[in-house]
Amino acid sequence: MTFDSYDPGEFYDELFEETGKARPGAELLVQMINSLDEGELRQRQAAAERALYNMGITFNVYGDTAGTERIFPFDLIPRIVDAREWDWLEQGLKQRIRALNLFIDDIYHDQKVLKDRIIPEHVIQSAKSLRPQCAGLNPPRGVWCHVTGTDLVRDRDGQYYVLEDNLRCPSGVSYVLENREVMKRTFPQVFEASKVRPVVDYPMRLLDMLQYMAPAGVLSPKVVVLTPGSFNSAYFEHSFLAQQMGVELVEGRDLLVDNGYVVMRTTKGFERVDVIYRRIDDDFLDPKSFRADSMLGVPGVMDVYRAGRVALANAPGTGIADDKVIYAYVPKLIKYYLDQDAIIPNVPTFVCWDDSERDHVLANLDKMVVKAANESGGYGMLVGPHASEADRATFAELVKANPRNYIGQPTLSLSRVPTIVDDHFEGRHVDLRPYILYGEDIYVLPGGLTRVALKKGSLVVNSSQGGGSKDTWVVTAPVTRP
Amino acid sequence: MLSRVADSIYWTSRYIERAENVARFLDVNLHLHLDLPVATGEQWEPMVYITGDYKRFIERYGSATRENVIQFLAFDLENPNSIHSCLRAARDNARSIREIIPSEMWEQVNTFYLMVSDAARRGDVMDAPHDFFTRVKMASHLYTGLTVTCMPHSEGWHFCRLGRLIERADKTSRILDVKYFLLLPSVTDVGSTFDAIQWAALLRSASAYEAYRKRYGRIAPDRVVQFLLLDREFPRAVLYCLDRTQDSLHAISQTPEGAFTNAAEQRCGQLLAELAYADVVQVIRGGLHEFLDAFQAKLNRVGDAIFDTYFAHWPMPNRAVS
Repeated sequence: MTFDSYDPGEFYDELFEETGKARPGAELLVQMINSLDEGELRQRQAAAERALYNMGITFNVYGDTAGTERIFPFDLIPRIVDAREWDWLEQGLKQRIRALNLFIDDIYHDQKVLKDRIIPEHVIQSAKSLRPQCAGLNPPRGVWCHVTGTDLVRDRDGQYYVLEDNLRCPSGVSYVLENREVMKRTFPQVFEASKVRPVVDYPMRLLDMLQYMAPAGVLSPKVVVLTPGSFNSAYFEHSFLAQQMGVELVEGRDLLVDNGYVVMRTTKGFERVDVIYRRIDDDFLDPKSFRADSMLGVPGVMDVYRAGRVALANAPGTGIADDKVIYAYVPKLIKYYLDQDAIIPNVPTFVCWDDSERDHVLANLDKMVVKAANESGGYGMLVGPHASEADRATFAELVKANPRNYIGQPTLSLSRVPTIVDDHFEGRHVDLRPYILYGEDIYVLPGGLTRVALKKGSLVVNSSQGGGSKDTWVVTAPVTRP
Repeated sequence: MLSRVADSIYWTSRYIERAENVARFLDVNLHLHLDLPVATGEQWEPMVYITGDYKRFIERYGSATRENVIQFLAFDLENPNSIHSCLRAARDNARSIREIIPSEMWEQVNTFYLMVSDAARRGDVMDAPHDFFTRVKMASHLYTGLTVTCMPHSEGWHFCRLGRLIERADKTSRILDVKYFLLLPSVTDVGSTFDAIQWAALLRSASAYEAYRKRYGRIAPDRVVQFLLLDREFPRAVLYCLDRTQDSLHAISQTPEGAFTNAAEQRCGQLLAELAYADVVQVIRGGLHEFLDAFQAKLNRVGDAIFDTYFAHWPMPNRAVS
């Protein structure tokens, strides 16, 4: 299997400028794969899948009582990002997170951004992810969004855009770490020669960040990962991160509030907890503050949090910044809070609460992607060009019935990466989710999760919708070409 | 260690031990009938008494035929003590602590569960029931062996052992109890060949037949009771189980032997002393059934105290305990 006849087609290809001409940084990998014996690449792909299965890199399939676990499909051909390009992205991501953190803090305090009419007040007030319970909160060190996964895409001309901000409980970083382990076993030589930036230190950096958030005066903070439990689809990641950080993985029923502190029930009695990396949604966090029927959370934890006796990461209320309507205003927010132009642009976005923008969306449904403001995982969206007439009509009604809840964006021609399909390579569309930690500094994990739409022609990369993943290499390209 | 984790380790082992014991009773009863005079008929009702589910059984099945009893005790998911239910519960517990226990242990629990649910689905166990019960016993032994050889013998291991031993002590006492009251058709049968066959079957169900023979030779009811109840060396004997239960409780709390710092240690120590200084002749004269009944109640109180001491710290969230 070689790349000799691989055709990048009319899309931006992440590895090839044109047939037979690899991009800087990808040459070594391409040479190596071209030199493999017939069938060897597929053997290595099979070995990699086996390794992932044995490592237990699985996700649970909801509604499957037999307890079947599946591996997240993985493709051996990595996405390669040139180091200079990456450095630019990193600056852009840091800028964006800094501005969003200031925005969240402002929303739950003085709301200057509304008074200065940067963003219409009704858009904030009608956001499902606004948490009035968070008004006046002062999270430790002023940080709200400790862990962010920002989805990036590239259009036909190679331009990067931010597609979505995920500031609640973004998942997927465990796949980045495990995919990398598999790739290091599969292509050790190329790795060494390509100078791929490491991702292995992520759990350590995550732990450092979490400990930095601990209440003042605690010498060795007790950090825990809070999971909804073993039936959650991301349970593997929760246990993986806890294990890698060497901290306890807890469920809501392990924790309680005792005498003004959060404690966990151990066989030796109650033990105080200082920092909770929670992987459950705001709604379920504390039945006394949020949804009263939640069995997953810890009654009273918000009071302890308000009193500064426990840290929560991410802070409750951060979801306000990943409402897809508010997304449309992020470039303005960056300008407002930092007095800078956004480094990475947004995808042009039409907000349907605005009459003229809605008209534009409805008139161009066959060309646009329409998304609900508060959905994720590839649900609640319409990809106009791929949808049937009937689906478009249904969606038009949804939009008209609740315009605030929808945005429209032009359908981008997402970039592609060669992917193993049977005995040859075909281009498949990808996005990229880098992970960002906000602690003492802002740290961007070099690379991140490249999700790939494995179905031919598909633009939807979510694992629940037939997506897979690839390793992402940030490489320093050789100065002279071989 | 998190209380929830300790609790799950404890219950994983308890459920697996329970499944093994159910397989033991059923297997021995099948064999017993091959050796009994035809006229006595098959006795399946006592099997349901042993597990303490008589009422539930009669409501659902009516008559205690061989097929009904085996279906109920081996495969019925509506019966929380069936082998199938036990494995499902063991697997759910083990799954929630998968990252904490050695992976071999998790894999064994999972494989064990799949083996039983597969058999339940195929529904052909009645063709070769002995093979199935042997597989259940061996799978349980493999699990126990893995806990001994793959797990650090620290706190978690002691909770694992506690679950196994308390369950085993309870089940051995129930086997004895049922034999004494229900397997005997009449007083005149005492001492007959027929009686000897039944006592031998009882010993076999606790894998105690050969060990008993080596120790005492001839089968005599008081010695069988002595062996299964009060032996200090036989690993399925009640006294042995309690003795090791005490060891594990003290290993967990680090309290010296002979003292106690919590209700679990106190109750276990009291119960152990009662057995250690018991005389089998007096026990039988005073009524074995009454003795065993009281013993089971006290053992339950040890289990409750373990729960209160280590797993439950008030206020407790809602929780279902079998």
